Amino acid sequence: MTSGIVSYGVYIPKYRIRVDEIARVWGDGDNIAESLRVYEKSVPDMDEDAVTFAVEAARNAVVRAGIDPRRVGAIYTGSESHPYAVKPTGTIVGEAICTSSSFTAADFEFACKAGTAAIQACLGLVSSNLIDLGIAIGTDVSQGAPGDMLEYTAAAGGAAYIIGSKDLAAEIEAFYSFTTDTPDFWRREGMPYPEHGGRFTGEPAYFKHVTSAANGLMKQLGTTPKDYDYAVFHQPNGKFPVRVARKLGFSKEQIEPGLVVPFIGNTYSGSCLIGLAATLDVAKPGERIFVTSFGSGAGSDAFSIKVLDKIEDIRTGAPSVRDYIAKAQYLDYAMYAKHKGKLKL
Amino acid sequence: MRSVSIIGVGCTKFGERWEVSLRDMIAEAGVLAIDDSNVIGEQIDAMYVGNMSAGRFVEQEHIGALIADCAGLSRLHIPSTRVEAACASGGLALRQGVLAVASGYHDIVIAAGVEKMTDVSSGTAADALASAADREWECFFGATFPALYAMMARLHMRRYGTTHDQMAQVAVKNHHHGCLNPIAQYHMEITLDDVDRSPMVSDPLHVLDCSPISDGAAAVVLAPTEIARKFAEMPVRIVGSGQASDTLALHDRRDITTLDATVHAAHSAFGQAGIEPKDIDVAEVHDCFTIGEILAIEDLGFVEKGQGGKAAEEGITALGGRLPINTSGGLKACGHPVGATGIKQIYEIALQLRGEAGKRQVEDAEYGLAHNVGGSGGTAIVHIMSR
Repeated sequence: MTSGIVSYGVYIPKYRIRVDEIARVWGDGDNIAESLRVYEKSVPDMDEDAVTFAVEAARNAVVRAGIDPRRVGAIYTGSESHPYAVKPTGTIVGEAICTSSSFTAADFEFACKAGTAAIQACLGLVSSNLIDLGIAIGTDVSQGAPGDMLEYTAAAGGAAYIIGSKDLAAEIEAFYSFTTDTPDFWRREGMPYPEHGGRFTGEPAYFKHVTSAANGLMKQLGTTPKDYDYAVFHQPNGKFPVRVARKLGFSKEQIEPGLVVPFIGNTYSGSCLIGLAATLDVAKPGERIFVTSFGSGAGSDAFSIKVLDKIEDIRTGAPSVRDYIAKAQYLDYAMYAKHKGKLKL
Repeated sequence: MRSVSIIGVGCTKFGERWEVSLRDMIAEAGVLAIDDSNVIGEQIDAMYVGNMSAGRFVEQEHIGALIADCAGLSRLHIPSTRVEAACASGGLALRQGVLAVASGYHDIVIAAGVEKMTDVSSGTAADALASAADREWECFFGATFPALYAMMARLHMRRYGTTHDQMAQVAVKNHHHGCLNPIAQYHMEITLDDVDRSPMVSDPLHVLDCSPISDGAAAVVLAPTEIARKFAEMPVRIVGSGQASDTLALHDRRDITTLDATVHAAHSAFGQAGIEPKDIDVAEVHDCFTIGEILAIEDLGFVEKGQGGKAAEEGITALGGRLPINTSGGLKACGHPVGATGIKQIYEIALQLRGEAGKRQVEDAEYGLAHNVGGSGGTAIVHIMSR
């Protein structure tokens, strides 16, 4: 059975902090932004968290295609910043978008790729006809310790995808996952900020997993980068996705529409999915999109997506990624610290 | 005292070797050296290994027994000793091996070096390296190695008119050499502009003025010269071995633009060899920072004090120049797994004297020198080798 994306929605908070402003506070010099190719990042309001982003994104997805929320049979929410250690995020989302109570929910965690894992779980249920529609969400208020390199990129945002097998805006032709036990980045129970292995997060983690999943999928389908109009990769900074695209043989033009990290930072579980949404915002029927997520720990999910006619009907039904990017209000570090709850009273 | 020769050499690829462990690398280097020497395990009398800080880097001490065990020689119960002199640990291991063979105490001796540095964060690595400085009088007040070498650089610039471009030229040259060396960590040409635009670490030293954090191991096999030809077609003779010490802290030195330990170790080695600096055809010197190479070529007597920067600028120290320095790529581009560096220098000089250095071969090299420094100059070790 053909399955795929029925609708999608994103949410990016309006607040931003410039990377130069963070560097000013930590005395890290003025070429950090250029070296990371990230110039500003999104910051949550004081009452926003991974749940409110999930709700906003899911609402946008429902509204975009005029979906009856009672058709939803599953909500899987991927995040590494679920506000509750015990108490699901998905139930709040379901209640907020007015689903029936007849749906299953669970929260996922796989560092930055829990959202694409949620899409895979939904695909299983809709393809086997066990449910009508499933919602897969990637959402995060990313954590980065003050003064750590992560603080320059750890941003906030989320995306929701309604997965089904009828009225598709885009078909998910196939996926391929590559997973190993690679401890490049982690956060222990009770710890406020994650730790990471520095340069170990590069070659043996991000690049190995993204290229393995991407090449695995292209081999499975017998495709090459030339068969795709667009490509989206997980975006921890502005350099990695560009370098991995070049390594795999994709051009700058193919990744440009989905490369949002320079303007909003790394939204962790939202990163790849917001990049895909930005690409769907401009893609035309018949075009193909290659997507590969990455989650530390580590794994990558690669998807081959074909855009269908229906995309034109739903395109303007909800705010686009660029709409959210354009709506920016800048904070200094003091206000940023307050917004992120870094000031403890 | 007996004359000592190198009858076999081996070295792993240097770099971020996340896929292997310390013991994998030491076994790899040891096997390469033993294969190269044509000795068999039962002929090995003793082993020395230079390692700075496996306790901090991989939480493993007792490296002497470990390397004998990894080499499959534990059943022979030979003496195996780990020595430490910070970044000069490798050079010191060689010197212990040389003394053991020269004295007649042992015949066939392995001298090795190993360091696995990338299993910890760069902060932890920097702190472990800082333990080579004076913890109480330097580190507790905030000094790290880049800061100490930056102070040497600043005074050298002020006193002798050395420029940052001259220092950067050392990095440009060593990266070019590294591109010609299969075991080098970096196969990447850089420009003066790249060095200038790389992030500042400690003024005037940028990231590209500094050697990297690396993993790697190297080993050589030593034998009395009188029996060396039984094993090797082209043994390399060690004609001088000098070691000297100095104050641990930089601020206690007579002059921070001269490493007196280098001067004394070189004096001793040249005296034993009966040659002068102008007789050296190729040298590996301790360029942990670009200023380090400039100080080294002055203190070893290759150029006059204050002329090191100019020598780099004029290309004298590049391949094809009058005295090629750091043909391996040096610590800067070949990598600097601290305990292994001193033995890798010997490996490179041995290849040069055997005519096996490939694209980076110095023609008709007869005498080679290796210079290994611990810390900011608390220890220096100089070895002179000949065909």
